[in-house]
Amino acid sequence: MSTEQRSADWAEEAVLRHAGEAHLTREEQVLERIARARRRKAKVSEERITSAHGAGGKATHTLIDAIFLEAFRNPLLESLEDQAVFTAGGARLAFTTDSYVVSPLFFPGGDIGELAVNGTVNDLAVSGARPLYLSAGFILEEGFGVADLERIVASMAAAADAGGVQIVTGDTKVVQRGKADGCYINTAGVGLLERPVSLGAANVAPGDAVIVSGPIGDHGITILLARGELEIESDIESDTAPLHELIAGLLDAVSGVRCLRDATRGGVATILNEIARASEVAVVVDEAAVPMRPEVRGACEILGLDPLYVACEGRLVAVVDGGQADAAVAALRAHPLGAGASVIGRVKDDPPTLVLLKTEFGGTRIVDMLIGDPLPRIC
Amino acid sequence: MRFVDEFRDADKAQALAAQIVALCEPGRQYKFMEVCGGHTHTIYKHGLEDYLPDNVTLVHGPGCPVCVIPMGRVDDAIDIAEQPDVIMTSFGDMMRVPGGRGSFFDSNAKGADIRMVYSPLDALKVARQNPDKRVVFMAIGFETTAPSTAMTVLRAAAEGLENFSIFCNHVTIIPAIKAILDSPDLRLDGFIGPGHVSTVIGCRPYDFISRQHDKPLVCAGFEPLDILQSVYMLMRQLDEGRSEVENQYTRVVPWDGNRKALGVIGEVMELRPYFEWRGLGFISHSALRMREKYARFDAERIFEIPGVRVADPKACQCGEVLKGVLKPWECKVFGTACTPETPIGTCMVSSEGACAAYYNFGRFSRERVREATLT
Repeated sequence: MSTEQRSADWAEEAVLRHAGEAHLTREEQVLERIARARRRKAKVSEERITSAHGAGGKATHTLIDAIFLEAFRNPLLESLEDQAVFTAGGARLAFTTDSYVVSPLFFPGGDIGELAVNGTVNDLAVSGARPLYLSAGFILEEGFGVADLERIVASMAAAADAGGVQIVTGDTKVVQRGKADGCYINTAGVGLLERPVSLGAANVAPGDAVIVSGPIGDHGITILLARGELEIESDIESDTAPLHELIAGLLDAVSGVRCLRDATRGGVATILNEIARASEVAVVVDEAAVPMRPEVRGACEILGLDPLYVACEGRLVAVVDGGQADAAVAALRAHPLGAGASVIGRVKDDPPTLVLLKTEFGGTRIVDMLIGDPLPRIC
Repeated sequence: MRFVDEFRDADKAQALAAQIVALCEPGRQYKFMEVCGGHTHTIYKHGLEDYLPDNVTLVHGPGCPVCVIPMGRVDDAIDIAEQPDVIMTSFGDMMRVPGGRGSFFDSNAKGADIRMVYSPLDALKVARQNPDKRVVFMAIGFETTAPSTAMTVLRAAAEGLENFSIFCNHVTIIPAIKAILDSPDLRLDGFIGPGHVSTVIGCRPYDFISRQHDKPLVCAGFEPLDILQSVYMLMRQLDEGRSEVENQYTRVVPWDGNRKALGVIGEVMELRPYFEWRGLGFISHSALRMREKYARFDAERIFEIPGVRVADPKACQCGEVLKGVLKPWECKVFGTACTPETPIGTCMVSSEGACAAYYNFGRFSRERVREATLT
């Protein structure tokens, strides 16, 4: 749709806006209209895929809603969780898939192989399932080093051991030189739900507490620095880790767990936005309470990035009954991967679907869905 | 973190806020313009308005380098990028700016090679690594970024690089402030001066604001306490009946500016007779171009560019927003037809744009969230 057409449509709506807004200030009327616009069905306005469609933020969601969900629509897919949970042959199973295209392939704290296993283990584990079996599909570029492939596969084997899963099926394709960047990996996984839990972004209610399991942003900053384009040196390492044991400990200790997510692409901010929308609640985050390594904070300050949007690969976001927040934090801290767990916010009823941040400075702002790739400020 | 935490101290902010309230004359409205987009970003990112009384309003100014680039220049850059063997480079903020023919991202999706860089020196590196390509850096920004562009040209000349050039879009701040002051529809009580620009040009060039226009200006830093303190300094001047140029950002801004940086700009660039600003139209002597001496690094001379003026979409009110006449939400397409995902105007693109800052950070009713954020 052309810009002119779009503005004509909206101008028309402005004329038709209802009288129910009369008691609001002019600014509040505009905000209401914007909120309505955001509830509309998403459309992909671009003619071609851009990098923003892969950034995990708003464009990715639009692509999923307007293209994939539209074509594949079914009740299991519609919840748009990290995995589908269904009953088959009397067993409750979780099923998920994820592709890995990270660059560079090897980085401080891990590599693409470890990431590919941990990511799928975690997508299963956040449903409350015990991860069981994984598949591994490789897309290799002609000319890729066999030694590098061996290194990647070895770390996948080690990660599978640590994650309590077996890689039981797979596939290999080789594409011409220049048609892929060395090595891409897809993994899919199956897990078994042994607990009677039903976790999901739509289960969250006012009064609940929001917890993260440790310092955020390590993975994203590690990758950014590992690309070597910024000439910033740091000892920071990726936090890639399997979270199934940490999650099992939490579920054993706390009955009131509403939703679990691993904060990958799009960071903690994107997950909280998904929760606020799915449950139609407000999430209020206390910036001072968000755990973060000084190196990550420093890098974000220099680059103009907001750490809330920076990816983690071994951090859990948990929303639990407010009354059980302390017990949940204690349960998480009992595991080495949750040693830095803390409550970072609370769920409120109003204003629905918004994530608000109480800034360290003492002000308030919105934390929106990520738009495009995080762009650095220039002056 | 040192040099950050001490400028975000909530207790100090409370104290300053109380001093600001104490200086408010009952019944009087105060309107201050923060000239620089970096300030706008800080104000929204830290929720600074929570500290200001209702009768003190901050008006967002024209100092966002991305926001002032007219659509025609974006089209010119894309035209250069589409020529054979060209790698175009630019700051990340430029990538989503819509021209008449789409943005850099759209252009990449169609096969152009436009890369994001963090500094012009990174663009130079791209040129060294790709000797068979013609690497162009789309230079934007005020006097803040012009010295680094100029230094990069000098470096390229010293290295004898032949595949590197600059598409120069540097602008200067004073003509923009003059345009604001001459605008009849705006009554301002003072200016929060652009700190980064002032590190280069110093505080003297603002003298005319106090002398000819009788308004105070305080050069301000970019942390939230810097801005709050600058508001306090402006209020104190008004209270004492003064209108002077003051420097809050003394830890960085020298009163006389940075002569070395100015010298480098002067060596490589000269004033254009006129330049188009998005929303503000053509302003004379308001931008820089490459000097004849460095013609071999000047993309405007190397490449044939259309140089066609492209009118802004009719619905877009970026000009009024840039001049501070409209608040972002008062624009008729704000947040509905024009959003950060599908921007119509530049103010919605850059992280320093007033519309993007308001949409991303401030799009809520402060009254309504007060309760939600109390506990």
